[in-house]
Amino acid sequence: MIRANGADTPVSANNSKSRIPAISRFFSAENRYLPPLLITLILVAGQAKFGLLESFSRTALAIATSMILDLVLARLMIRRWPNLASAYITGISVGILVRSPAFWPYALCSALAITSKYVIRWRGRHLFNPSNFAISAMLLLIPEYVAALSIQWGNDIWPLVIVWVLGALIVWRVRRIHITLTYVLSFVVFSALRSVIVGDSFLAEVAPITGPMYQLFIFFMITDPRTTVKSMRGQCLVAFLVAAMEMILRLASNVNAPFYALSIVGPIAMAIEIWRTSKRRPEAPFRPGIRKDSVTHAPAL
Amino acid sequence: MEQAVKPSRAIQIGLAIFFVGLLAIPIVYKQYQRVQASASANMGAAQALSRYGFYMRESSNASGIDFVHQAPTLDVKLSHIMKLVASMGAAVSIVDFDRDGWEDIYVVNSKEGSRNALYRNLGDGMFRDVAAEVGLADVNLPGTGVSTGAVWGDYDNDGYEDVFLYKWGKPELFHNDGGEHFTRVTEQAGLPPWVNANTAIWFDYDNDGKLDLFLGGYYPEDVNLWHLKTTKIMPNSFEYANNGGRKYLFHNLGNGRFEEVSAKLGINSRRWSLAAVAADLRGTGYPDLFIANDYGVSELYLNEGGKGFREAGKEAGVGFSPKSGMTASVGDILNQGQFDVYVTNISEEGVLVQGNNLWMPKAGKSAGMIRYENMANTFGVELGGWSFGGQFADLNNDGFLDLYVATGNVSLDRGRSYWYDYSKIAGGNQAIISDAANWPSLEGRSLSGYQHKRVWINDGEGRFKEVAQMVGVKDVYDGRSVAMADFENRGALDVVVANQRGPLLLYKNTVAPGKHWIEFDLEGQRSNRSAIGAEVRVFWAGQEQLQQVSGGSGFCSQNERRLHFGLGKATVVDRVEIRWPSGIKQTLTNPHVDENHKVKEPL
Repeated sequence: MIRANGADTPVSANNSKSRIPAISRFFSAENRYLPPLLITLILVAGQAKFGLLESFSRTALAIATSMILDLVLARLMIRRWPNLASAYITGISVGILVRSPAFWPYALCSALAITSKYVIRWRGRHLFNPSNFAISAMLLLIPEYVAALSIQWGNDIWPLVIVWVLGALIVWRVRRIHITLTYVLSFVVFSALRSVIVGDSFLAEVAPITGPMYQLFIFFMITDPRTTVKSMRGQCLVAFLVAAMEMILRLASNVNAPFYALSIVGPIAMAIEIWRTSKRRPEAPFRPGIRKDSVTHAPAL
Repeated sequence: MEQAVKPSRAIQIGLAIFFVGLLAIPIVYKQYQRVQASASANMGAAQALSRYGFYMRESSNASGIDFVHQAPTLDVKLSHIMKLVASMGAAVSIVDFDRDGWEDIYVVNSKEGSRNALYRNLGDGMFRDVAAEVGLADVNLPGTGVSTGAVWGDYDNDGYEDVFLYKWGKPELFHNDGGEHFTRVTEQAGLPPWVNANTAIWFDYDNDGKLDLFLGGYYPEDVNLWHLKTTKIMPNSFEYANNGGRKYLFHNLGNGRFEEVSAKLGINSRRWSLAAVAADLRGTGYPDLFIANDYGVSELYLNEGGKGFREAGKEAGVGFSPKSGMTASVGDILNQGQFDVYVTNISEEGVLVQGNNLWMPKAGKSAGMIRYENMANTFGVELGGWSFGGQFADLNNDGFLDLYVATGNVSLDRGRSYWYDYSKIAGGNQAIISDAANWPSLEGRSLSGYQHKRVWINDGEGRFKEVAQMVGVKDVYDGRSVAMADFENRGALDVVVANQRGPLLLYKNTVAPGKHWIEFDLEGQRSNRSAIGAEVRVFWAGQEQLQQVSGGSGFCSQNERRLHFGLGKATVVDRVEIRWPSGIKQTLTNPHVDENHKVKEPL
């Protein structure tokens, strides 16, 4: 399925609309507004209940920077108005995942994420997950001012359960639950392995995945359609390799292991796939955010 | 299918430059700051005096102070994280216990069987430990817990400051018998048998002329850290914990007895409290209560006419964005005649950048309410490492309050950090984090150790500059409690710092000549005799600065009761307005500068 202009409605979607019930259409892989809607719900509920964010204004700054820059760069680079769902979700993810008492890191991180989409490309496709790239860069370059979200959804089990259920529902509907499950399973197995290696309890090793940062990571970031490989088997392999790389980084006591692991494994996997595909097809035109071979249109972080 | 438009080469190059620029800006900025800092770090005393108006010299040994804090050894079930759990207890408070006109130092110890010290100021720059002589040394006997702090207040209005000693253990009240001896009066006072407390303050919440006492629990009061029934004693969340110790509010009944009234008056928190400060934040005439909590948000208890308290943290804007509150201090940093509140938290590069909070009132108070905005970033007092005790004081007598913050948590192996393991457990669900057995072993690693302190000087125009290294504050001990006093009665505030498992430091302050000051030593008559809660406004050269006599602030500390105002080059004070807790107002016109004024409350 090919999308017109890269970011809008699927070309073939109109014909099938009438045959699909509205609720199914809403919860379908083609509804690119589903993940933004869910992540917005999580954000609003998390802030209302737990004061999760540094502040709404910082998150708003991240979102505004992301969307404005995407508009500007899309006009400059492809002379078209982009669909801003993707930029919105990049901005909101920066707003949630970045923790800094200052304002400017939110703007800078969003700007890096959006710009990376247009700059770091190979054969018409971008290699890095934008927000993952930007957050990793911020953590590497200016750790004095920035950290990643690392806390819990309060001290109640129910928010955790709700986010897991909703997140699982979404990734199932967008046909990416195998990525999430592979990663979670791998993380748990590697936690057990790390526990044996370092001598800390299994619960201590598995603890991070119970936090909200991981919930955003496994439901929205590693499942990003634009920066994951095409085949289901390949996607599972990449998810496993991200978890494996994360374990290596964790054994080296790296606090931001998941972000760095995805930053390392993701582009390599993409590069291999692009290289293999290029041997069979000509180079794709310059279209940030567009993948000819994409089977799903829902944007992720 | 539409054809894509390929951007021009120039646009592509321009975008690449923009992208590289985005990556480069923070690196260049960081490098610039480093160069600036290293250029200033080697400044000598004369240069610091000339540039910043003061210089500090660590003088504890030269002054006869040789106190080293010792930490407790808790239940063996905590042995894998012992130094992490037993990382608090060093505390210092200032008092003129014998009313000889020279401020003395009381410092607590935390090893089982260790002794607290009361350094009597001999008036010649030297101190002598008289704790054993007066009965305040041997207070950490096995089975009674260990000291974590002390606050002074004349609860029976006999003219001598009594001391409340809080502990991880049995809290104690000692009556000051004429400045010569202290008598334990805990049982008569009706204090609880065991509280794992890290904060207490004296204040007169109902303005009845008798000092009341707030005591904040950290670990729950049914936990004996030496005899654990379970390892499930840790916070149930890193930032939303509500399973800590209860709070106590002891109403002074006036006959040496206290009644616990916290629940009756609306204080029902089980957050993990580490600091509290009382001040009339809204101009109601009654002190409100601000509590800084570890593992959670701060709480603001509004005093409803001395008849009750209402928690209004969220309403006031301070109850969001949970952090790791470790100090609570008030100061009028812009000379606006109102209190700002400073709360310290944790900032660790790339792991946890909470930033400290400087809560400044927003313009316009309505219906007895106040709203705050965090201005720490704007004012440059945000990033202070693992910040513990912080106190405002005018260190260079320029007429604006500066800020001293003690930093550093656990300094063990310099080359190995516990932060990775700490972050693992901090992000875990309550079932995991609340059980000490799940916490990875510390194994001699540091957790934000060997940190440089922060001395921020206030330019009076909305910016603070960090000058610790330049003005001689170069220690890297695990700083906890900070207290200020003019020990030599010369118009300069010295700084005392209690360090966990480290020496008590006395930084003697030399202020550049040409700066003036004025001090006030208040004594209540209708109000509590310590005058705790009395507000003094000094008006000079178009400035107005508000200070109050405090019954404890910062982290486990208490400054001298005497109030010190720097005046800059001004040689005239227009007037001084005193509002006593009783409500009586008193005005002094043109008091002499460079003097300590003893002021009695008029009847």
